Amino acid sequence: MPSSDGSRLLEATGLWRAYGRRQVLRDLDLAVAAGEAVAVAGPNGAGKTMLLRVLAGLARPDRGEVRLEGRPLRRDAPHVRRAVGLVSHQTLLYDDLTLHENLTFAARLYGLPTPAAAARAALDEAGLGPRADESPRRLSRGLAQRAAIARALLHRPRLLLLDEPFTALDAAASERLRAELGARRQQGLGIVLVTHQLAEAWEVATRIAVLVEGRWACNEALAGSLEGFLPRYQELIRA
Amino acid sequence: MPEWLRLALVIAGKDLRAELRSRTAILSAVVFAALVLVVFNFARDPTALAAVDLAPSVLWVTFALAAMLALNRAFTIEQENAALDGLLLAPVPREALFAGKLLANLAFVGTVEAVTLPLFVLFFNVDLGAALPGIIGVTALATVGFVTVGTIFSAMAVRTRFAELMLPVLLLPFMVPPLIGAVQVTARLLAGRPLSEMLGWLRLLALYDLVFVILCALVFTAVVDE
Amino acid sequence: MTAPEGPEALVRRGTVITAIALLGVAGVYVLAWGYTPIEARQGVAQKIFYLHVPSAWSALLAFSLVGIVSALYLWLNDPRLDRFAAASAEVGLAFSAVMLTTGPIWAKPIWGTWWTWDARLTLTLFLFFLFIGYLALRAALQDPGERARFSAVIGILGLLLVPFIHLSVYLFRTLHPQPVVLKPSRPSLPPEMLRTLLISGAVFLVLYVGLVTIRYGLAAAEEAGERGDAA
Repeated sequence: MPSSDGSRLLEATGLWRAYGRRQVLRDLDLAVAAGEAVAVAGPNGAGKTMLLRVLAGLARPDRGEVRLEGRPLRRDAPHVRRAVGLVSHQTLLYDDLTLHENLTFAARLYGLPTPAAAARAALDEAGLGPRADESPRRLSRGLAQRAAIARALLHRPRLLLLDEPFTALDAAASERLRAELGARRQQGLGIVLVTHQLAEAWEVATRIAVLVEGRWACNEALAGSLEGFLPRYQELIRA
Repeated sequence: MPEWLRLALVIAGKDLRAELRSRTAILSAVVFAALVLVVFNFARDPTALAAVDLAPSVLWVTFALAAMLALNRAFTIEQENAALDGLLLAPVPREALFAGKLLANLAFVGTVEAVTLPLFVLFFNVDLGAALPGIIGVTALATVGFVTVGTIFSAMAVRTRFAELMLPVLLLPFMVPPLIGAVQVTARLLAGRPLSEMLGWLRLLALYDLVFVILCALVFTAVVDE
Repeated sequence: MTAPEGPEALVRRGTVITAIALLGVAGVYVLAWGYTPIEARQGVAQKIFYLHVPSAWSALLAFSLVGIVSALYLWLNDPRLDRFAAASAEVGLAFSAVMLTTGPIWAKPIWGTWWTWDARLTLTLFLFFLFIGYLALRAALQDPGERARFSAVIGILGLLLVPFIHLSVYLFRTLHPQPVVLKPSRPSLPPEMLRTLLISGAVFLVLYVGLVTIRYGLAAAEEAGERGDAA
């Protein structure tokens, strides 16, 4: 349900999208306000990832519209994409460049005033300072994830989209990620987090939305415990 | 400078830096070109045809084949780790993205050509002499033509399973007009013919470049955006 | 799983049109044998001209439509346009193959060589390769959206290549004059020949329409069937 305080970061209306022969998004609406974190759960299938790609502007919906900070996301309006950052299954990094070179490149793409310095600062903040001159292919999954997040947040987007970020992370890395997302959410970052592991989402999210066959089976504020929600969740995804 | 140009240069710069780090594409293309020249040398009968008659064709076939090897690189690096998504997420107009890839490809192919030409002169004992500036000019003109189309086709080919095979199948028909023009002009340059005999071909090359650079930049978005 | 009326009706209609056109082709044969005069220099072998030339026209028409419809697809995003372009490409491939086989059959007895680089043959050869590239790319892509977009790009680029091929061949030939015997026999055609040629052209046009309708209908039926499976 759209929030009523007017600071609507993301407003997607009437999204339809086919993938191959299947409709994976059917007349979907989604609104996210600053400081909100929406966990998108649901059975496996192309719907959740495709939703993220549409929200990020990487895929065009067959019908419907996505607005970031009130402005429509369209091919001919590249500057609107500044508002969003994406952390996907892949790191989006070049193995032939060092971490620092990778982030400097990203900073230049976004037109940041001091790209190299911004990259250095972001890496330090992510605890990757010492490894800044290494190639991404040398990093463990947890560290690579951190680099990807640093890259996604470099240009200070207002909305962060994450696709199953907790996959294959060890406990320490998961905790670190949860803490970071929580802190940034407090600072006003809007988050959309795709997951099929509800447990991870429960600690980060303020809202839960379950996508089944391209529609919301539920989309509501998080209340109560995970254990309380699970039976209902099983019911929803079985439908 | 205009924003799109700045972005194009940033992207081209990144490609060049990555290629200098790994050197895979350039080295294989150069070695390949040298081998092709060697094969051509042994495949001809030196008493039947003077080197200078065959020279333009040999040179350009070599350039064309080597270019195709080098072209695949620009988009295979974007495949690993889905780096292309990173480019598409950023506020980069797709025409600027195309321009950046084109510039990088021109630098790669140009480098291969710059190394191949002296080898060619060496193996075939061709006297370039006064023709050299003209040869460089026509090489630039023709290369822009087929690298432009090659860039957009490699972006498509890389999404298929047989990228190395798909690119030549798609690209070769498009290489013919620039190749014909280049061979004709090169032959006349080497024979010391006057400029008037080459104008028709040069106009063809220039027109081809103009049409296809603009067209490919415009349709590039259909290739990279879902 | 029942196929909807639409595609089946199309295939039926296309088959009827094609049958009519094939009768027309038979008619052209008759005209070519009996009605048209025997060409002085080239003899009876010249009569293959009535199949050869319209095949080339049809191939060019097919390709032009692929290009134009591709541009429309990128603008309008209608999958039916993509289906039409693919159908046109397959039919065009067939026509160019016909032209490329009848060409040498004509050339050998008349000019003594199997192949000449004259404008029409060369252009059709390029169309053949462009069709192959187009269809090969389609075969190599699974996602229908990607396949449609990429095919459209090739279609448009290919269409713009055609004038350059033409220009290249023209420049090549003016600078390298071919022997007189290789001039295509067209300047002044006796009326029977011209009429037969035009009739043949019309017949081939109908044949094109019929074949494309069949192919389009088959593709639509296939997609409807798959949608039935996947839903």
